[in-house]
Amino acid sequence: MGRQGSARLTLNTGQPRQPFPLHGRPSILFKSNSTTMTSYHLDHLEYLETEAIHIMREVAGEFERPALLFSGGKDSICLLRLAEKAFRPSEIPMPFLNIETGHEFPELIEFRDRRAAQLGAKLIVRTVEDAIARGLAHPAPGETSRNKLQIPALLGAIEEFRFDCAIGGARRDEEKARAKERFFSFRDSFGQWDPKAQRPEIWNLYNARVNPGEHMRVFPLSNWTEMDVWEYIRKEKLDVPSIYFSHSRQCFLRGGQWLPVPPPHVDGSRPDPYAGARPKPGEQVRQLVVRVRTIADMISTGMIESPADSVEDIIAEVAAARVTERGTRADDKASEAAMEDRKKAGYF
Amino acid sequence: MPTPHPIELLRFNTCGSVDDGKSTLIGRLLYDSKSLMEDQVEALEKAADLSGGGTVNLANLTDGLRAEREQGITIDVAYRYFATPRRKFIVADTPGHVQYTRNMVTGASTANLSIVLVDARQGVIEQTRRHAYIAALLGIPHLVIAINKMDLVEWKAERFLEIRDEIENFLPKLGGFRDVKFIPISALIGDNVVDASTHTPWYEGPTLLSHLETVHIASDWNGTAFRFPVQWVNRPNNPTNAKLHDFRGLSGQIAGGIVRKGQEVLVLPVGIKSRIRDIHTHDSALQEAFCPQSVTLCLEDDVDVSRGDMIVGLEDLPGLESSVNARVCWMNLKPLQTGKKYLLKHSTQTVQAVVTQIENRINFQTLEPELNPASLAVNDIGTIRLKTSKPLVYDAYAVNRLTGSFILIEPGTHATVGAGMLLPPVERARHDYGDFSI
Repeated sequence: MGRQGSARLTLNTGQPRQPFPLHGRPSILFKSNSTTMTSYHLDHLEYLETEAIHIMREVAGEFERPALLFSGGKDSICLLRLAEKAFRPSEIPMPFLNIETGHEFPELIEFRDRRAAQLGAKLIVRTVEDAIARGLAHPAPGETSRNKLQIPALLGAIEEFRFDCAIGGARRDEEKARAKERFFSFRDSFGQWDPKAQRPEIWNLYNARVNPGEHMRVFPLSNWTEMDVWEYIRKEKLDVPSIYFSHSRQCFLRGGQWLPVPPPHVDGSRPDPYAGARPKPGEQVRQLVVRVRTIADMISTGMIESPADSVEDIIAEVAAARVTERGTRADDKASEAAMEDRKKAGYF
Repeated sequence: MPTPHPIELLRFNTCGSVDDGKSTLIGRLLYDSKSLMEDQVEALEKAADLSGGGTVNLANLTDGLRAEREQGITIDVAYRYFATPRRKFIVADTPGHVQYTRNMVTGASTANLSIVLVDARQGVIEQTRRHAYIAALLGIPHLVIAINKMDLVEWKAERFLEIRDEIENFLPKLGGFRDVKFIPISALIGDNVVDASTHTPWYEGPTLLSHLETVHIASDWNGTAFRFPVQWVNRPNNPTNAKLHDFRGLSGQIAGGIVRKGQEVLVLPVGIKSRIRDIHTHDSALQEAFCPQSVTLCLEDDVDVSRGDMIVGLEDLPGLESSVNARVCWMNLKPLQTGKKYLLKHSTQTVQAVVTQIENRINFQTLEPELNPASLAVNDIGTIRLKTSKPLVYDAYAVNRLTGSFILIEPGTHATVGAGMLLPPVERARHDYGDFSI
């Protein structure tokens, strides 16, 4: 699989942060010079951070049973650091929740489990497979993507654990429908988003009231851009899954995108979990030097050819990018309103 | 490696009536400042071939919902992000129809600058006065009047000056703006948006983008009186670690002023004095912290403090009252009436509130208040008096946006129905009544 890109980034792993250094680094007020104080001013990343911490704490203060959606992707990695900043030295007062399609990158699952364990958090995993078995999700005939089937699986988990709030890492700059999203986004008892009847959101006063059966999706990274996320990862020295960095990988061409070839199916006693995600006869397969810019599962993540193997390189690449992040997502290419339709039904 | 973007962040919103070209203007800003990506341009061109008769519709960039594209209007506030080498921008595109006040207040409440669009053919309409009024009411320091569709009035300087004079005539009634800029533009063609127009030799001011990049923005945060609404009590209750077991922190975002280690503070509304023992963040312990940082404070004394309480400095004490006066923007189809009960969320506290009086309602034709109206309808703005079930610890909105604002929530539906800006308090908290120990 090539080199482990995250090797350069492991500053944080192996030695979990002290939850609360009582004798820490000098105050950020004195960062330029210890004798002259800089002005009382936050730079834009510090501003986005304090805004997000405030939102996290509002969730803890207002909801009885919140959960945090953690996939192991770059945005939710930032969410975890913000949760540490909001709640330490206490435990993070909510479990992590992840919905697996069954087509995940193995590297992502490994990262997710490791990070949750490091933080001492409870990780709840529910699968599309299980939702299908329980009759919650119904794949369309011939449908190979599990993307839409995550919706009933997620709503099933919210009902099962009676979550009244789910924190997610969605950003407004990702997509046009998301650009209309509130920080606190109300969902009715069917889990639906009604973009025409959103609660006005004024100043930093978030209306967190829900009736039983309804819930709230909360997006602390709403105002962050892709660049902000990577700069925050650099600033906080956050570990990210190796697939974000350049590596050599077998890919196949489908719908104009290079999709990753899944790991081989070895356990013959059970059906191939990646069945729909394998190249079909006639689809071109090639060994390429690639990385992911955004992660869904293997069947909907286009790999980009890139030599970027450090956070610095990625930041330079994002700065020079001429295509949006979601340009590499097969799930968004379905139609102009693909995201809006999924969001209305209860998608992340 | 070059710095990928500047540090300074400007938040602005665009407002105007239906068809004034707000979405087109934002599309133009993004397009001409090269902030669009190839796939976005491609999608625009694809849509142009299908439905636009070959013309790229810049409004499609922000009109993200299917119903918006169908009707060619903007339904809800949309946020956009772009950066130039000089600044980073967060743009709220606030639609100007039906729920215009609700949208304007939502989009503008966190803005440093408002752009009000005026259609050069139509000139000043009620909506123009309303938007300018709300911008002033919200305390937005910078106003830009973009006189759009100048191409449709043959780029006549007289028309521009006529509209400018009319607006300058009513601006003194609003007050409060630090600066007001008038710019003649054509969002459709692009004149004076990013690139200077060749059609307006009579105009010597900056283009819109150049103004956005250079206008001096000062901090909107209150830097004088320390205010700390407690959001969350941080108690690890860790039995295996003695230090953590006894840790009792108060987490929150500083809503005003500066706090220093050792400083004497007052806990409100109970009125108990204590001192700041430590200021924590996850990164380090601080000697001092300022608005709007998020921190965790530890007090010297074991005081009973919970979410909804406010910790303040001993100077410049806040109001402490359960009967308050406020300007309110009404955002619900069911009117606001005296005697009605609502939930009122102020800083980190939610209390019950009843409307005891509606003092006035603004007439947007004259911009004058009308006294003692029977109710406030959707989109109305007026001054009301409220009685709350618990006292509010607050400042005038004009002094501190964070401790001077509230929202009203309808019980049952939990709809956010009103946005309130508190007027100066009559009774203030006093620190002498806290001179007893517990």
